[in-house]
Amino acid sequence: MITLESVSKVYRAGTQEIRALDSVDLEIGRGEYIAIMGQSGSGKSTMMNILGMLDRPTQGRYLFEGRDIGKTSDDGRARLRSREFGFVFQQFNLLPRMSAIEQVELPMVYQSVRGRRKLARAALARVGLADRMDHKPTQLSGGQQQRVAIARALVVNPHVVLADEPTGALDTATGEEVMEIFTSLVREHNITVILVTHEPEVAAYADRTVRMRDGHIVEDTRKYGKAS
Amino acid sequence: MSPYDALRVAVRAIAANGLRSILTTLGMVIGVGSVIVLIAVGQGAQKGVQDQIRGLGTDLIFIKPSAAAPGSGGGGARGGPGSATTLTKSDSDALAAANLPGVAGVAPQISVDVQAIAGANNQGVTLIGTTPEYPAVRSAPLAEGVFISATDIDKKTLTLVLGSEIAKTLFPDGNPVGETVRLSLGGGRINFNFKVVGVMAPKGGSGGGAQDGYIYVPVSTLQSRIGVVRNPTGEINVNQINVQTSKGADQKSVEGQISLLLSQRHTSEAPDFTIQSQDDLVGAAGEVSRTLSILLGSIAGISLVVGGIGVMNIMLVSVTERTREIGIRRAVGARGRDIILQFVTEALALCIGGGLLGIAIGIGIALGINGRDVAGQVMTTVVQPWSVAVAFAVSAGIGAVSGSYPAYRASRLDPITALRNE
Repeated sequence: MITLESVSKVYRAGTQEIRALDSVDLEIGRGEYIAIMGQSGSGKSTMMNILGMLDRPTQGRYLFEGRDIGKTSDDGRARLRSREFGFVFQQFNLLPRMSAIEQVELPMVYQSVRGRRKLARAALARVGLADRMDHKPTQLSGGQQQRVAIARALVVNPHVVLADEPTGALDTATGEEVMEIFTSLVREHNITVILVTHEPEVAAYADRTVRMRDGHIVEDTRKYGKAS
Repeated sequence: MSPYDALRVAVRAIAANGLRSILTTLGMVIGVGSVIVLIAVGQGAQKGVQDQIRGLGTDLIFIKPSAAAPGSGGGGARGGPGSATTLTKSDSDALAAANLPGVAGVAPQISVDVQAIAGANNQGVTLIGTTPEYPAVRSAPLAEGVFISATDIDKKTLTLVLGSEIAKTLFPDGNPVGETVRLSLGGGRINFNFKVVGVMAPKGGSGGGAQDGYIYVPVSTLQSRIGVVRNPTGEINVNQINVQTSKGADQKSVEGQISLLLSQRHTSEAPDFTIQSQDDLVGAAGEVSRTLSILLGSIAGISLVVGGIGVMNIMLVSVTERTREIGIRRAVGARGRDIILQFVTEALALCIGGGLLGIAIGIGIALGINGRDVAGQVMTTVVQPWSVAVAFAVSAGIGAVSGSYPAYRASRLDPITALRNE
């Protein structure tokens, strides 16, 4: 489903060149649950931005279902992103002043989906927030906010969900709770999940773990002895 | 994103920054309001001037001599229009006798500036020499006594009729009819005692106020006794012939007939007279006050532009402040044009809201000061529907323009950078 062919990403900081990604090859199949691990500075966030089409690679090719994304326009990628991807961020990234149900409706606003309220209500119910629909982010706990963000990511039935340190801002117990809900939902809908984290406990939810260091993939392991 | 959704987002964003939105909008409110008020004042002035011209009488055509030609020696100054002495009372009589279709009355006049003295009171006035037809032609009825009669013309009597204002100045105690007024020319070297036979009704207000200060005498008396404008042929010169056309007559065709008749009487090569209808004067005055309206409108337009700059400034601030919001919207699928739509809609809503409020306030002020005394001047305002339409369209246009650049900037924000922004 997703193929990276010797993808590099180079940032310039003054005269210095920083190779955040250095000729990375990666293949992710449909329905895979993959964790990308690494210390900060290992290139995992850059990887996530490129996979989520938020950023373009400096070199190499990114094929999404066989289509070369490098040749797609900004608007084309935005359309693809809104149809195919859902995002869950460490800082939740909810809009202030909007109620939970409006947050979940937001992606559908941009896709002009009909019956938004009903779909949003169902999505919130699935993450256990049926009784918090009209609460604003400030009235919700961190775990509840992240669950709103998960509902928002899943409501458009994406094929891929990218989660960037989804438990990073939560305590261990809440983090576990959120990961349980998240994992069960993506498994139920056979969604491809790309999880970026530095916590082994979180990575443990995934079937496959890709370890990164200094812009390279240094390890690629699968549970249950699945063939690569 | 549908326009309806964009409008909802815009209204919420505007409401979320209540005070700031109000202050931003204030610029538009003042701009639009002043456009409407100032154009109403300008149009009011135009109406005032046109009323004044109509106050001269109704359906009038004025015939004046052409500018005096330079002397035969080749040098000499050319005088202003009306300075030549080519029109005579005979022309006026011929016009009246010709019974041209569309002509209701003819009255010649010649004017001279004199000093009028009655007892201890005196005043510089315009003396009008004319004929008995004058009150009818110029729609100027008498308040007391009688006007100059045909006998007065024949006998060149020393009788005069006072305008209502000058009557009050010379005879503050009233009853001027039968009294004597001394007219003095040439720095007091020439003096005549005239008997007052009548007083004109006031024309009053803005319409024809000047006429209230005139003194009327028989045209023949002015010519032969005062003799300021001697004519070697013994004719009585006049410097204006007033022609009243009948109601609904085609003034242009009447002008043509008058021109033809006078050309036959005057054998000079070039026409030595000019014909002007009241409509021409109204048109010319309209031109002047239109310029005034445009001037006032442009001053107000400047404040509208300043208001627009204020809106753009706030929209730019708003884009910077909401970088993170933009990033989140991009991440959940907003395209560049959705972001543009959102911010343009917000600017439009601000400007149109301000515009509507400004229109309401502007109309309110314009109607409020209409007929009121402002700094010693009675204001006349006319609210023009087109000025309301223009003000509204301009405020919407400013909204679109001032929203476009900030919106474009917002749409160009890199989603990742935008998301990282705290």
